[in-house]
Amino acid sequence: MTASVALRDVTIAFRLAGGATYTAVQHASLAVEEGEFVAIVGPTGCGKSTLLNVAAGLLAPSSGRVEIFGGALAGLNRTAGYLFQSDALFPWKTAIENIAIGLEIAGTPAADARKRAEQWMARVGLAGFGARYPHMLSGGQRKRVGLAQVLIRNPGILLMDEPFGPLDAQTRQIMGNLLLDLWSADRKAVLFVTHDLEEAIALSDRVVIMSAGPAARIIGDWTVALPRPRDIAEVRHEKAFQDLHREIWAVLKAEVLKGYSQSDEK
Amino acid sequence: MSRAKLLLLQVIVAVVAVGLWHVLSTDDYFGVAVLPPFFFSTPGDVAARVVRLFAGGTIWRHLWVTLAESMLAFAIGSIGGVLIGFWFARKPTVAAVFDPYVKMVNALPRVVLAPIFTLWFGLGIWSKVALGVTLVFFIVFFNVYQGVKEVSPTVLANARMLGMNDRALMRHVYWPSALSWMFSSLHTSVGFAVVGAVVGEYLGSAAGLGYLIQQAEGIFDVAGVFAGMFILAGFVIAIDGVVTMVERRLLVWRPAVAETRG
Repeated sequence: MTASVALRDVTIAFRLAGGATYTAVQHASLAVEEGEFVAIVGPTGCGKSTLLNVAAGLLAPSSGRVEIFGGALAGLNRTAGYLFQSDALFPWKTAIENIAIGLEIAGTPAADARKRAEQWMARVGLAGFGARYPHMLSGGQRKRVGLAQVLIRNPGILLMDEPFGPLDAQTRQIMGNLLLDLWSADRKAVLFVTHDLEEAIALSDRVVIMSAGPAARIIGDWTVALPRPRDIAEVRHEKAFQDLHREIWAVLKAEVLKGYSQSDEK
Repeated sequence: MSRAKLLLLQVIVAVVAVGLWHVLSTDDYFGVAVLPPFFFSTPGDVAARVVRLFAGGTIWRHLWVTLAESMLAFAIGSIGGVLIGFWFARKPTVAAVFDPYVKMVNALPRVVLAPIFTLWFGLGIWSKVALGVTLVFFIVFFNVYQGVKEVSPTVLANARMLGMNDRALMRHVYWPSALSWMFSSLHTSVGFAVVGAVVGEYLGSAAGLGYLIQQAEGIFDVAGVFAGMFILAGFVIAIDGVVTMVERRLLVWRPAVAETRG
């Protein structure tokens, strides 16, 4: 079976202003199979978002290859949908226009696109909010619009960069459940970046741990065997969850501490 | 504060100011005229003059000329500013080459150009339009330039991930962003269009509010000067009101209308 996304021995380095190079990620290999939900967890600044940008084609790796459904990725990853951490909605478009834009760009007639956008508004629980501009929506509602904006294009791969990071704890759980709900309807490959280990375990099939940067590597890969469908809030109380959390945390903790001591030195 | 109370206080300010002017300009105090009517006129005279200008109907032609000049200056300056601003923002090399010249021309006090424009375009409306254009152009230009440059990188990345090509980016991202910056400077640019028109008229013309004021000044008709000033003030407030209305419609997606007043 070909993986939806495969990173093969990817190294990402940046040239700094002084002429030196900064290696963000080193020799990272990772494959996400079709229908698989993979979470990448690592300390702040470990380059996990950078890795996601490489999978999206927004950034070219310094060495190594990116394969999308078996083919080498050149340029932007057209089959991927990307949900950003910070606000990425078009502030000058209403919620419904924001959701419909992806279809319109692809050539869907405006009336059709609008109709499907209305359906998506309902699916993310925002029916009736279509005429609002992003600034009139709460943070959670904006995330819902963002989710619909990405999913309406029916992307083959879903890339998510700490999408629920800026939200409060309750909203995060609600959004997590909404995400699992939408995802289970037609399972696509998901690559989900977060620094929250609990969120990662609760959502995903596999948890990948990255070491602290610079030159971050992938240092662990755990399978989450918890049954689906899951409720994010409740799954945390299960013993299997807690055992896995303890096991992964033992590895992650050292990296988090390393990450902190490095950022203190800077 | 309630709206009625605010309005009351605002009216009181006007009444006190005009009252002081009236008292100090119509009477002597200990043999000293504090505001000699020759230099300061009196509120009554000025009001009578304003009424006469409107009643006689002569004012309408001048108002129309000033309005036409302002609007033309605004339109031409805005179109030029949007086009050049867009071009410079998308082509950093062009922007870098022209940068010192843009700064040079922008630093120049525009009034010194008025004689040249009069020579080039004559005493009619076009020399005033040209002066207004030089003022409006730079405001719009800098705002559009900024607007295109400062599109959020996340929004841009999102647009590309949603499948936008260069043309779609232009239409759905750069253009709305640039326009929003331009609209947020609408008060300033419209204001400067009026300034260009009136200053141009004052320096040499045959019609307009600036001409009216200049004519009155030429014959030491202080009441005429003040009347022209008050009419001009009313004119500017009316235009500003229209701009505010337009702005509310155009920037409905903004959390709060950010105004840049010059």
